[in-house]
Amino acid sequence: MSRKTECIAMLLAGGQGSRLGILTKHIAKPAVPYGGKYRIIDFPLSNCVNSGIYTVGVLTQYQPLELNDYIGNGQPWDLDRENGGVHILSPYQQIKGTAWYKNTANAIYQNINFIDRYNPQYVAILSGDHIYKMDYSKMLAYHKEKNAACTIAMLEVPWEEAPRFGLMLVDDDNAITEFEEKPKNPRSNKASMGVYMFTWEKLRRYLLEDEANPDSSNDFGHDLIPAMHEAGERMYAYPFDGYWKDVGTIDSLWEANLDLLNPKVDLDLSDTSWKIYSRNPSSPPHYISADAQIQNSLIAGGCEIEGEVDFSVLFSDVVVEKGATVRDSIIMPGTVVRSGAVVQYAIVAENAVIEEGAVVGERPEAMQNLDDWGVAVVGEHITVGKDAVVAPKAMVDTDVSAAQ
Amino acid sequence: MRTNNVVGLIFSNAYDSAIPELTTLRTMGSVPFGGRYRLIDFVLSSMVNSGMSKVGVATKSNYQSLMDHLGSGKPWDLSRKNSGMYILPPFSTKESGGVANRIELLHGCMNFLSHSKEEYVLLSDCNVVCSIDFGELMEAHIASGADITAAYRRSVKPALTDLMSFTFDGSRITGISVGAPTGEEETYSLNIFLMRKALLERLINEAVSLHFDNFERDLFQRNLQTLKICGFEQTGFVRTLSSLQSFYDVNMELLDKENRKQLFARERPIYTKVRDDMPTIYGLGSEAKNSLIADGCTIEGTVENSILFRGVHVGKGAVVRNAILMQGSMIGENAQVCCVVMDKNGVLKPGKTLCGDKTFPIYIGKGIMI
Repeated sequence: MSRKTECIAMLLAGGQGSRLGILTKHIAKPAVPYGGKYRIIDFPLSNCVNSGIYTVGVLTQYQPLELNDYIGNGQPWDLDRENGGVHILSPYQQIKGTAWYKNTANAIYQNINFIDRYNPQYVAILSGDHIYKMDYSKMLAYHKEKNAACTIAMLEVPWEEAPRFGLMLVDDDNAITEFEEKPKNPRSNKASMGVYMFTWEKLRRYLLEDEANPDSSNDFGHDLIPAMHEAGERMYAYPFDGYWKDVGTIDSLWEANLDLLNPKVDLDLSDTSWKIYSRNPSSPPHYISADAQIQNSLIAGGCEIEGEVDFSVLFSDVVVEKGATVRDSIIMPGTVVRSGAVVQYAIVAENAVIEEGAVVGERPEAMQNLDDWGVAVVGEHITVGKDAVVAPKAMVDTDVSAAQ
Repeated sequence: MRTNNVVGLIFSNAYDSAIPELTTLRTMGSVPFGGRYRLIDFVLSSMVNSGMSKVGVATKSNYQSLMDHLGSGKPWDLSRKNSGMYILPPFSTKESGGVANRIELLHGCMNFLSHSKEEYVLLSDCNVVCSIDFGELMEAHIASGADITAAYRRSVKPALTDLMSFTFDGSRITGISVGAPTGEEETYSLNIFLMRKALLERLINEAVSLHFDNFERDLFQRNLQTLKICGFEQTGFVRTLSSLQSFYDVNMELLDKENRKQLFARERPIYTKVRDDMPTIYGLGSEAKNSLIADGCTIEGTVENSILFRGVHVGKGAVVRNAILMQGSMIGENAQVCCVVMDKNGVLKPGKTLCGDKTFPIYIGKGIMI
């Protein structure tokens, strides 16, 4: 690999996403389906390609099988390349033993050799589990203009949500003056999006130092970046004002899907100048029968709709039988909702069967105590029996037998 | 798998003249069909699903759209180092001065065939909408000990020049006629033939040296006594397109669940070029009934009994009935279309109305704005 690459991207995709419960039982969070045909990782991967970054390392660790399979040789994202392309980087055995990726910075540290092979000037460190459209080439231009060692993408969040984020205090020139990690009383609402642009020479040095420091937890936000800041490196915040969502919880995953149906939300996936690529199933067009009623929904290929669908996102090959109702829900590929069943305020994973007359989820209006309300989740390959009921907030990962 | 030993050869231009509206700018193989496909997808996917791994696509004219569509053959898994898909540009010999008929076209493909290690060759046209297991065809061919096996269908024969109808003794074909359709049920050829490559080579060489120019008459009728030609009936959803009307009717047949089940069986997917569209959005106040709708559409009006290709936009208050709208069509607000075939990127401005009849669908050319 002698050809010099200006910028490569390292995509952190090892996260479990434990708060997504049964949805990430067998898959890593970046592989979670989203938006009728995508998986979350399609966003950073497509952003890379659309930004002109054609060398991407994907760091996997937790349940990588499906993710590896999905990424494959990178062809759907145009990342099957002679020079560069997408590379899956899993932990490997070394002469001093086998080490898992201890944390984000350590994961990059363990792949210094990979990055060195491309000898880049800049390295983008990205998170594999955020939904957003961003032009990293603009961020890189900004990084160069500021002559920074590290540039961090920054989003202004509502003040009440600020305590959930890593926050930054900046001066008039957007130079970072101080960091606050998930503070109780935030002094800033400028949150880090977990999108970093580094000058490789600098990052490389701090990765080695961080690894040598026995007190470090080897995390970017927690250790490496503060260390760089303390050492007086030039660190800048790059303001971003588009749609960005970390789908960390069931509720936020549900919301992020339904955001696609809200014309006010600034996330247009039909924009041909910034396509989000994905591995496409070979399903025929979907069929809407004469009995179907569809309002304000997103429907993918191969679906057969004979029932009622309202304010929902249906992935490929979903069947909604006559007399069935799906509202305010996300239904993943291959699931069947039988006649008379009702699915509301729910996420139903792949290839599940909701039998006749079953009810999954509940409308918040129908709850006596709103604290008991939440999105119901049905796991993959689960059968919810005839006339059975799945309560709101429930997470079902074993078959539910039919009501007696 | 026996089909490993079969090389496919698809005629992308066969019967172009049958649907002149759709083939002015393209080959029969690249005629859009069924919401997201091109006609060649059906026979090509059938071949791939049957385990064949080498396919030549013979072209004659207007094949740019076909090449755009096929690319390297990746969507069919035919982009390979060994075997895969080969586009065969027209090959005109000094004698012919141009490629006029199927025999000359085949003669131009001889190089490709002789360099293929496969022992058998499967010939097919593109105007047949089908999902056929050629493995079964191969089994039948071996079992009957036939020299040539021809797939056929029992129905009213489409009105295509020189389309053969067969008469049988058992499974052996004993009579071939190329007359006009009788309007009654006939057993007609699907123009899908399986034979040994060596036999095809011999037949073509003979035909060329004798200046034969008619595939049906000189290769089939003439050899009916000396060769054992057998039939292989197709009873599933197999349709031969012969006119704009039949193009319209067969598309509409996909609104029937049983037909879709047969054509789009999950274990035998029909592959096509990927476009990376988002799923279709149904807006508030939209109304869709009995329609087949591809990805990337935005539906804000009413759609009934229609086929919508990828990226179609139906505006607020617009009404689409009994129509086929190809990729990227735009129906403006409060516009109405009925019994129309709109080619790619057509635009109907807001408030306009356009109506054909089920027995006489109106065709609107590619990119035309009304």
